[in-house]
Amino acid sequence: MSLMALREQLNVLVNSMFLEGLLDQQFRQLQMLQDASSPGFVAEVITLFCEDSERMLTELTKLLDQAVVDYQKVDAYVHQLKGSSSSVGAQNVKLACIQFKQFCEENNKEGCLSALNMVKHQYYSLRSKFDTMLQLEQRIQAYGSEQQN
Amino acid sequence: MAVDAEAQFHVLAVDDSLLDRKLIERLLKTSSFQVTTVDSGSKALEVLGLKEDQTSTPALSPEHNEIEVNLVITDYCMPGMTGYDLLKKIKESSSLKDIPVVIMSSENVPSRINRCLEEGAEEFFLKPVQLSDMRRLRPHILKGKHKEQQLHQEENSNTNHIIISSSNNNNMSNKRKAMDEEVLSERTRLRFSSSSLNVI
Repeated sequence: MSLMALREQLNVLVNSMFLEGLLDQQFRQLQMLQDASSPGFVAEVITLFCEDSERMLTELTKLLDQAVVDYQKVDAYVHQLKGSSSSVGAQNVKLACIQFKQFCEENNKEGCLSALNMVKHQYYSLRSKFDTMLQLEQRIQAYGSEQQN
Repeated sequence: MAVDAEAQFHVLAVDDSLLDRKLIERLLKTSSFQVTTVDSGSKALEVLGLKEDQTSTPALSPEHNEIEVNLVITDYCMPGMTGYDLLKKIKESSSLKDIPVVIMSSENVPSRINRCLEEGAEEFFLKPVQLSDMRRLRPHILKGKHKEQQLHQEENSNTNHIIISSSNNNNMSNKRKAMDEEVLSERTRLRFSSSSLNVI
């Protein structure tokens, strides 16, 4: 596939993510920060976000599995997750975290469990699109450096 | 835009989130700042040359210290030492109190913002921090530098005027007074300018 076609595919993907509410304008900020001096910036941030998120989702699952839930700890993790999803522009994940925080404040276990499921659902939907995005980015970068040789 | 435009200033960014550190580092570098990032308030104090329980740096003079930091930008919510705690420590330190400090937070809590401004923070940024926010940093650094210059001029000319007031009739001090007033009123304006607050 030509470089132009790859770029086109990436654009279509990212635009669809905006339309579906998976991403918000913060993601555009990230794209603006990527340039010649920092060509892998978006990929780096996305990767960090995914690693961070999965770690936190694992911890949250463990915490909510306890007979007596430590809501302070849960809240701390949700706060972190909300923060990083906001930083990356992961809109749906962020919104799900806000819901989660509500239930946490109410010490509502059922609510928290259902909110956790929602966050996971939103995260994994985003994750699969991010994976495609990263693959396309990689191919574009590789193409670019080949062209230079 | 003369000399200031060329000067590369050094910003110390403090945030416990790796993701946010990456982001702020990129934002700052894109805006031509030199950047050091740390993940805690205590590490920030180390970089600034101050141990947690000290109130002034052990070195004989500021020039002997580690790296020169022109501005500190810190997250508010951090485990252990919060951004507010760090702000306090900096403002209480005789050697560090003139370094401008900016606080970042993901939450828009007026009482929190107030508290920080009252403690001496220059500004409060709501996260996620934007590229456009970076433009607001340079004025704070330059203001600090003017003040520094004035202090040195004072020391050099061997007068015992305090920087805020001056009743001399010579040209230097009139200019200085005008600048002081400008700096003071700008400071006041900026103190209460954060986001959508209406602070008295």
